[in-house]
This record gives sequence, C-alpha cells and structure tokens, in this order.
Amino acid sequence: MRHVIALLIENESGALSRVSGLFSARGYNIESLTVAPTEDASLSRMTIVTSGSDDIIEQITKQLNKLVDVVKVVDISESAHVERELMLIKVRATGKDREEMKRMADIFRGRIIDATDSSYIIELTGNQTKLDSFIGAIDTTLILETVRSGIVGIGRGDRILKL
Amino acid sequence: MVLTGAEIVIRCLQEEKVDYVFGYPGGAVLFIYDALFQQEKVRHILVRHEQAAIHAADAYARSTETVGVALVTSGPGATNAVTGIATAYCDSIPMVIISGQVPTAAIGQDAFQEVDTVGITRPCVKHNFLVKDAADIASTIKKAFHLAKTGRPGPVLVDIPKDVSAQSAEYHYPKSVEMRSYNPVVKGHQGQIKKALKLLLEAKRPMIYTGGGVILSDAAAPLTQLVRKLGMPITNTLMGLGGYPATDKQYLGMPGMHGTYEANMSMHFSDVLLAVGARFDDRVIGDPAHFAAEPRKIIHIDIDPSSISKRVKVDVPIVGDVKEVLEELARLLDDSKHEQDTASLATWWRQIDEWRSRDCMKYKNSDEIIKPQYVVEKLWEVTGGDAFITSDVGQHQMWAAQYYKFDKPRRWLNSGGLGTMGVGMPYAMGAQLAHPDAQVACVTGEASIQMNIQELSTCKQFRLPIKICNLNNRYLGMVRQWQELFHGGRYSESYMDSLPDFAKLAEAYGHIGIRVDRPADVEGALREAFSRKNDLVFLDFQIDQTENVYPMVQGGKGLTEMILSAEDL
Ligand SMILES: Cc1ncc(C[n+]2csc(CCOP(=O)(O)OP(=O)(O)O)c2C)c(N)n1
Ligand SMILES: [Mg+2]
Repeated sequence: MRHVIALLIENESGALSRVSGLFSARGYNIESLTVAPTEDASLSRMTIVTSGSDDIIEQITKQLNKLVDVVKVVDISESAHVERELMLIKVRATGKDREEMKRMADIFRGRIIDATDSSYIIELTGNQTKLDSFIGAIDTTLILETVRSGIVGIGRGDRILKL
Repeated sequence: MVLTGAEIVIRCLQEEKVDYVFGYPGGAVLFIYDALFQQEKVRHILVRHEQAAIHAADAYARSTETVGVALVTSGPGATNAVTGIATAYCDSIPMVIISGQVPTAAIGQDAFQEVDTVGITRPCVKHNFLVKDAADIASTIKKAFHLAKTGRPGPVLVDIPKDVSAQSAEYHYPKSVEMRSYNPVVKGHQGQIKKALKLLLEAKRPMIYTGGGVILSDAAAPLTQLVRKLGMPITNTLMGLGGYPATDKQYLGMPGMHGTYEANMSMHFSDVLLAVGARFDDRVIGDPAHFAAEPRKIIHIDIDPSSISKRVKVDVPIVGDVKEVLEELARLLDDSKHEQDTASLATWWRQIDEWRSRDCMKYKNSDEIIKPQYVVEKLWEVTGGDAFITSDVGQHQMWAAQYYKFDKPRRWLNSGGLGTMGVGMPYAMGAQLAHPDAQVACVTGEASIQMNIQELSTCKQFRLPIKICNLNNRYLGMVRQWQELFHGGRYSESYMDSLPDFAKLAEAYGHIGIRVDRPADVEGALREAFSRKNDLVFLDFQIDQTENVYPMVQGGKGLTEMILSAEDL
C-alpha cells in the first residue's frame, strides 16, 4: 500500500542522508522524497512517499523516529489529507500544436510560464494522478523535458504536524 | 575560561569521569594527544591497531556500567575503527569515539588521510557529529555521552577537524542536555504492565526469555527476584548470559541455534512467552514462520519500539527501560489478588524436566585427546565460576557460552550481533583494566586470536595478566562444521595452515606460553596459569580437530528441529 509520511527533522547537515541511508540500508521503497526548511529555519520538513505492507510501514515509522535528529513522524495518509506535486513541462509548441498545447494547459488549470517561438514551459500543480493524466492527454512526442517536485502533503483540518 | 579545542576535549572527558581512553595517535589528533600528555586524570592505553582500541573500550563499557571511550586519527585510523564501532553498535554498547579529521579547509579536497568518517560510520553508530567550531566541542561531547548511555545505548562518534582542535574557545561544560528530537521512553505503560502480569499469572505454560537488554539496563537483580517469585522457567540468550544465575534450577540454558533442548522446546511450546530486552533474532528463534505456527501470547519489554513486532507479532508490547518495567511488574505482583495457576505450572515443569533428562549437553570425554567442552568446564571450576570470560567467534565461542555457567551479569563479553573474530583479546584487555584484581580469561580459537594477536604487545606494556585459552583445532572450526554438515565435507579454505607456535609467540612478546596436548594436563595448566597473578599466560590447548558444536538448529529450520548430537545426523 502507498503511504505518505511527513516528518520534522533538525535542519543539520547530513540529515537527509540519515533518512535516505535508512531507506536504502533496510531495503525500503522511496517513491519520492521532498525536503525544505519550515518557517522555523532550524527545522526541515520532509514528505516521503513509500509503499509496503502494514508491518513494513510500522517499521519505517519506528525506524524514522529512532533517528536522533528526527523530531516528529506522522503517516498523513492514514487520515484525511491533501497532496500536491508541482510539474514543469517543456513542450514543443509550433504550428497547430501551439494552440492545442495552450488549450490543454487551460483545461488542466496549468499556466504557461515561458514561451519561445517553438516551445512552452507549462507549470502544473495537483496530485500525482492529475499530473499523470496531463502527460497522458498530450501528444508525448511533443514533450521536450519534464521535472516534478515529488509530493508534499499536509493533514486536513486540525491534524497539525508541528512542534 | 578560554582553552584550545584539544584541551576542551580532554576537559570534557575528565568531566565525564573517564578513567581510560583507548587509542592510537596520528596527524589529525596531535593537538588532542598533546593536551592528553599535559594532564594525569585521563589515562591512555596505546593499542597496536585501532580496531583493538574500539574493542577494548567496548569491553570496558560492557564489564562496567560506564561509557567506553576511544580516540583515533583521521583516514586509516577511522577506517580501522569501523569494525569495532559496528561490533559495538550491533550489541548496543555505550561508547564515545573521538576521531580526528583533516582541517576544515581541506575537507572535500581529497586531502592526505581524509575520509568521510561521518559518512562511513553513519549506518553503524547511534549518532555522529562533525564539529566545525571549537565553541561547539563541549556541548557536542556532552550530547555524545548522553546519547551513548540513554535509551537503547550505542556508539556515538565525534569527528573533530585538526584546526578545530587547535582553535581557542570559551570552555563551559553543560550540566544537562536538552534535545527536542530525542526523548527515550523510560517508564513502561501501567495498563500494559498490568495486562502482562495477568497473562503471566494465568499462563499454563509460561516461559521467560531474556537478552542483552537485561545486562545493559542492570536489571539482573530485579529479574532474578521476579522470576524466583513466579517460579517460572527462564532462558538467557547469548547476549543475556548472566542475567539470571546459570546454576539456578529454574534456568534452562541458552536458547537458539546452539541452545539447549529444554530451552528451545520450552520457548516453542510455551503458551505465554515473556521476552525481556531480547529481539527474536534469527539465531534465537530459527525460522520465524515455524515459530509463529505454534500459538502463544507474547509479552515483549524493550527500550526500543522498533525491536517490538519486528520479527514476530507481539500481543503485549511494553516500551520502557527493562529495569524500571521489571521493578514495576514486581510491585504489581506483590499487590495482585490474582491467583497464579500453580497446578498447571507444576505440570509444565514435569514436561520440562523430561526434556531436561535428555541431557543434551553431554559429550564424550576422552583420555587421549582434549575435548574443548572439558577445557571450558575445567576453566569454570578453576576460576570458581567467577571470572570475566571473553571469547572470539566460532565453535570455541559456543562452547564457552554453553559450558561456562555465568551466575553474574557483565561477566561474559562476546560479539553476539556482528560476530567479529578478533574481539577476544582486546575484550579481555578492557575487562582487566576495568577490574584489575579480577580473573579474566579469553576463550579463543587459533584463527580468531590471530586477527588481533599484535595486542600481546599492549598487554605487556600495561601489564595485563589475562589468561588466553586457545582452543586450537587447526581449523576455522565453525566454518568446517558447516562444510561438513551442509557442503558435502568439502573443506574449502577452512584449514589453518602454517600456524605459529603460540607458546613461543607469547614468549617472544615477553609473556608465558604453555602448550597443552593431553587431557590429563588441562586442569594443571589452568591452575598454573591462574596462580600467576601478574602474568599473561597463553595456554595453547591442542583439541580434537573434528569436534562439532551440538545441539544445533540449522539455519532456516524451526526450534524444535534440533540435531542433538552427531548420532542424530
Ligand atoms: C572477521 C570475521 N571474518 C570471518 C568470520 C566468519 N567465521 C566465523 S567462525 C570462523 C572460524 C573461526 O575459527 P577459530 O577462531 O579457529 O574458531 P573455531 O571455530 O575453530 O573454534 C569464521 C572464519 C567472522 N565471524 N569474522
Ligand atoms: Mg579453530
């Protein structure tokens, strides 16, 4: 099963490698991992998308908690939450494709943030499936380059991950 | 007060009441060695290889209730230390390792003797630090000691670049440590402890299984009281030997791969299993699926939540310090109105006694050739069962664990988790330094001892009168045993050729060496060795080359599928 784990970790050098090292050493999956400082610069927040049986997910959260620098760990996918991912996609945009690309970007509520004579950069945010369907919806031979941020996630309502 | 980084390091060690630092100097730690030279409180033991420094400091910690401390230089000093650090990590031993690093400006430049020590050691330490400013040394070392000894203990490494040890900074040693990210649970959950007690008292076939956690949390006394009061059978794992007196009638011997028939059968057929500071290791429960197939309720007390329900599902988890929880359990037992099912317990004991009567530890002694089991039995007699026994890794380790009856905790020092050949002599050094008047013996094999044989020199320099009992079978015995049983007797590279004359070798280092060939001479040689209170004596026992360790549960098999002796094959 797919899980989204959010954690707060001391913003120290090497913190990321402690987490990624744990996943590789114990053979856990990482689908995506994002990290950035929080409003409190001494803390970083990570969102890790992983998958595994309940036993494995239980071990993953326990092992993450065991890392000395980790302050808090929550499996946000256990309850109502929101996930977003950002994608920047550079596509060929010439002739009739130019108009079609603009139309698709609008349908998916994407924004064209850069344009040249022959290309667009489209910015899209949403959950993973939305980004996947955009890619599915356009002519893939027109894709020049894509970059995705990986998932960030947050619990809904009064589920708050804070110190 | 303004001090140099190096002086701060030494001040911190003094503040932590460190008696001994085990180490080896080099370029990156020259300032620290200079500061060490100019004081007398912290004494330094110069080993002959950094691996031995870590092992000796580890043994110092294992045999006392303190944190072991080692000091090594950058690059090769640090990489030589890695095996020692990993060994301590696998057995959760509290240690602080200080390593030198190239100057901060040189880090990342592929400088002379530069390795990424923090990176290399990350997976085998509880935590590690790179100190970039002398002003941070004191608070970092304070944290290192705190982390090493609290929660589930473990080694913590502090990497200090050379320029940082030379810089000056204001020195202040913090009184306490606050870490928002680190707050191990100590007290167990009351409700869970009550549930556990109820289960135990209602059990028809209770069994208690304890591991290294009991030793590490100094819980042998409360454990022993509780188990005696409950009248239940108990087994101690390889790491937990001495947690409960081995000569007591409720003790069933060690469980697991080379455990006793009665311990394994009782583990398997219990209806309530109380696991204390143990982790259901593959060497203890064999095939987890086979183990789980027999229904039983499991209560698991451990300081580390990630050890619980890792390999087997647990019914009543109790996270907390083993000692605290056992004491609470004992208090609740005193107040409890619950009746214990003593009738069922008596029936259970009859079953266990029947298993016991198989006498699985018997072996055929001989007048002609020395049997290793006999040497260990005699060692136990000659030392009055009261020595510190260290071992290396192999058959000799198992024989030592099986035939030396440990009645006290912290007397048995071995590498249980990592299984590191070469720990034996450095462990004996650490134990002897911690207990100068105690009898310390290293039960080893001719292969293992050669992995740190150079330490005979350290023993000479620091007058460490350890007794080395080399169970010399001219084989990588444990490897040979597996090849005999599982690889068609093809003894690939398991014969130890071109062995030195160990007695002469010991003499070359200035010690006493005795070669023992005949069973009749075993006891006399041991008495002679232990009567020499001030000498290191190297006893080179020429033992039966083909003796195997039994009972045995083959890898991947279930606990009840034991080979009791060669006749079972
Ligand atoms: C550093 C290291 N290398 C290899 C092994 C694998 N190993 C386990 S036991 C053993 C043989 C040990 O031989 P010896 O010390 O003579 O002990 P014996 O089994 O003969 O009693 C070996 C090679 C190990 N445990 N540690
Ligand atoms: Mg051997």
